[in-house]
Order: sequence, then C-alpha cells, then structure tokens
Amino acid sequence: MSLNGAAYIAGAFEHPTRKAPDKSVAQIHAEAAKGALDDAGLTFDDVDAYFVARDGPGVLGGIGMAEYMGLTRLRHLDNTETGGSAPLVMVGHAAAAILAGRCRVALITMGGKSLTGDPKRMMPDQYGAPELPFEAPYGINTHAIYAMAAQRHIHEFGTTREQMSWVKVSASQHAQHNPAAVLPRPVTLEEVSESPMIADPLRRLDCCLNTDGGGAIVVVAPDIARQLKRPPVKIRGAAEAFKHQDGGRVDMTYTAARFTGPRAFAEAGVTPADIKYASVYDSFTMTVIITLEDLGFCEKGKGGAFVSDGNLIAGVGRLPVNTDGGGLCNNHPGGRGGIPKLVEAVRQLRGEAQPAVQVPNCDLALVHGTGGFITTRGGSCTLILERE
Amino acid sequence: MSMDERPISAPELNPEVEAFFDAAGDGKLLVKACTDCGKAFHYPRAMCPYCRSISTEWREASGKGEIYAFTVLRRAPIPYAVASVRLAEGPQMITNIVGCDFDRLRSGLPVRVVFRASEGGAPVPMFTPEGDSE
Repeated sequence: MSLNGAAYIAGAFEHPTRKAPDKSVAQIHAEAAKGALDDAGLTFDDVDAYFVARDGPGVLGGIGMAEYMGLTRLRHLDNTETGGSAPLVMVGHAAAAILAGRCRVALITMGGKSLTGDPKRMMPDQYGAPELPFEAPYGINTHAIYAMAAQRHIHEFGTTREQMSWVKVSASQHAQHNPAAVLPRPVTLEEVSESPMIADPLRRLDCCLNTDGGGAIVVVAPDIARQLKRPPVKIRGAAEAFKHQDGGRVDMTYTAARFTGPRAFAEAGVTPADIKYASVYDSFTMTVIITLEDLGFCEKGKGGAFVSDGNLIAGVGRLPVNTDGGGLCNNHPGGRGGIPKLVEAVRQLRGEAQPAVQVPNCDLALVHGTGGFITTRGGSCTLILERE
Repeated sequence: MSMDERPISAPELNPEVEAFFDAAGDGKLLVKACTDCGKAFHYPRAMCPYCRSISTEWREASGKGEIYAFTVLRRAPIPYAVASVRLAEGPQMITNIVGCDFDRLRSGLPVRVVFRASEGGAPVPMFTPEGDSE
C-alpha cells in the first residue's frame, strides 16, 4: 500500500537551544513537543500516537515521556531505533499507522545533550551486543567508522580533499544567514583542508557539531491537515533500509540510501531531477558525497564532482542542500541530526526559510537520514515531501 | 605491548565466543565457518548469517590478509590505527594495525596477525604489515 498522500506534516519545530546545561533531556523533548504542536495549531490532548527513539530518557522512554507530558489518549507507540535517522523513519511509520487507521495525530520528539550531558551515558547500554568483543577492544568510535568509509571512497574513486571541503564551505555559506547557527562564519576551502587531522582523512571541519537540543514533528491525517492554518506538507514517499557488515563482506563505499532512494522516488512518482531542495544527513562531509551518489543525484563515484563549485549552495548550484547550515554548521543535537533536517525541509516547502537561502517556488523536497555507523551498522531513510 | 601502544580494553566475553579468545591466548586466529554452505564469517556466531544453518565450526585462519580500509585516530592520547582487514579466508574484520609507521598504511597492504594483551582480559588479534619483523 502506498504512503503517497497518506499523511501530512502539520507541525515542525527545532528547539532553539544549542547549549542547555540548565535543562533536562526530558524537558527538551517536552518543550520541542509543545513547539511543534503550537506550530501545527494542535494541543497535547489531540495526540493519539507517540514516537520516540532511545534518546527518550528512561527504561521505557516512550511511556516515560508520555507520563511527563501528560499524554493520556495514546493508542499507538513506536520506539524504533535507527540512530539519527529515527525521526525520519518515524514519519514513515506515522504515515503508515494513520493510513491503517491506528491513529490520527502522531507526535515525534527528539532531544539530547551531547554538549553538556554525560557522554558515557549518551549511548544506549551495549551489554550483550554480539559484536561488542570484536569492536570495543579496537577503540572504534564514530570518527573511525566514518573515516574508513571516506578513506575507501577516496581509494576507489579518487575523491579529493578539495571536493570534501566543498561540502563544509557550502554549509557555512548557508549558516551565515541563520541567526541560530553555532558556526555562522563562512569558511574557505583552505581552512577546511588545513584544519587539524582527526581521523584520516577526516579533519576537524569535516565533522559535524556536538550540540544540546532537539525538536519535534507532528504528522496528521489528511482531513486534519486541511483544517489547519499552516501550509500542508504532504508525504509523497517514505522508504527505510538498513545495512550491516553482512558476516564480514561489506562494501564501505555505499549506504542503504542506495535502496531507500529508488523506493522513495518510485512511491512519490518523481525523479532526482524534480527535487528543488534536499536535506541530506551530514555527520561528516563525506556522508553527503556518498549519500548523494546513492540517492541517484549523480553516478557512483562522482559525488565529489557533484558537490563542488557551489553546486549545493542556494542561488548558486543545481541542488541546494542543508540551507540551515546543516549538522556541520547549524545544529546536530544529541548526536542525532534527523530533526533539523526535517524542520529545514518543512521551512523550505512553506517558504519560511531564511530569505537569503529560500529556494524559489520550493514545492518538492527530499530529506535523507543516515543513522548509526556507516561502515558497521546503520539505518537510512528517505522522505519525499510536497507543498500542496 | 610496546610502550607506544594504547591500553586495550578487555573483550566482554560470552559463551558463544569464548573459544575465539581462548585460541587467541595460544596465538591462534580462529574464524567461524558454516559446515553446510562452507562460508567463513566474522564476527563469529553460532548461526551462519548466510544460510542460517546452526552447524558451524571454528577453523584456524592463516592469519594473513590485506587492509580493506583504515584510519588513524590522530587526536587520541596515543594515536592508533583502526582498520577493516580482509582475511585470506574471506571475511573482513575490524581490527587495529600495530607495530608500524602509520604513514605506510594503504588499502591492499598485505598484513599478518599478531596478538596484543588486553587489560585484565584475553589477548586480542591485531595486524601488522607482512614482512615486518616482530
């Protein structure tokens, strides 16, 4: 059954904080929920479905946050964990649940404190993970995992240092217009290429931010969307897919976007050439290059050329990407960048992006999340959204 | 362990994988292989991830392989190299490359297994460039 038109995004809210030593994680979730419901013109009492990944605090994160927020009418709960892509996956799950008649107003929240929280407690407990004895002793971390993908991509396709730097330069060109961005200063190719080496070939300015914050999304049934005052944002396509090491036979140069892209485009009945704006998960510069290839915006191995020469910059290139400045310059709350990606796409479709980066007549957008760990295990999700 | 190498955290053992680390204590690298479809895989587990047979066995690996992908964690207190090494038996494994100048590392570099003590636990297999004496 197609999700094309099954549900609408009615509310979208990016928590304004980037550093919140004075707030709890639960508080960030709740404030984000309030922001998204206010945006939609709905209330907590309208919510009958709640979606939150393992960033929801507590053993029963979903029920725990429902208790905190006083949600008493829930008839659908979803705690799917795919890392930073989880809120995107949940938009698809919410649309499916609405289509199946299981709920009508779905609230998705995300919150985290990767800047001022305890880093040791940010990761879910790994006790019993079957891979643990074969990974933890080697000191692998997020940087190492993404760096190996970047190194192999360079090895196979000749992707250059300067091409990677273009992704950060493009993000910073957008961030200069975003008053909430953590890093609003435009940077040069040289600054990126000469920033300190973190994990070869990834340098400091190839890496996304660590911020406190979060956000929320409200997904509703079509008849409710039509009664609300905000411009309706229709879900036209939603696809999720997962990739792991497959018993030790893993090609690190692609992600599960290779599978979600074609399925989302087919469901929406559009092609990459139709997309006016794209929010693309940017945990690292290379994540964007690999993802754009996998989604079909260019041939495999040509992503470096595609992102160069300002091609991702609004008003300059063919495909404006992450016009809020992305995780590289604006916000990457709790180590999970999915919510800001969704919110900026909704802003673009409503015509509410910062004027300097607003894409003219932006009626079709793509949002892509790359969750987890690109070379070991992770979840991808592609959404295609349309302003009616 | 030489003085310039970082401390290795002890692998968290479970009954499914104890034999792997017991063998590491004897200086042997094991891989799990399926006795039905014949494929070797890593990490080791009781069920073949390819044909889902529960008839699997430990095999002693040659200890030879080549670097598929790698990185060097430059900002760590003691920098170290993380790699995916493709074993001669087929599967890739996440590991560390030790005992060499990290600037030599490249995809395709032949490597062989060596073992490093962990902190209070079993030795852990790692790799060093083939031909280097150690």
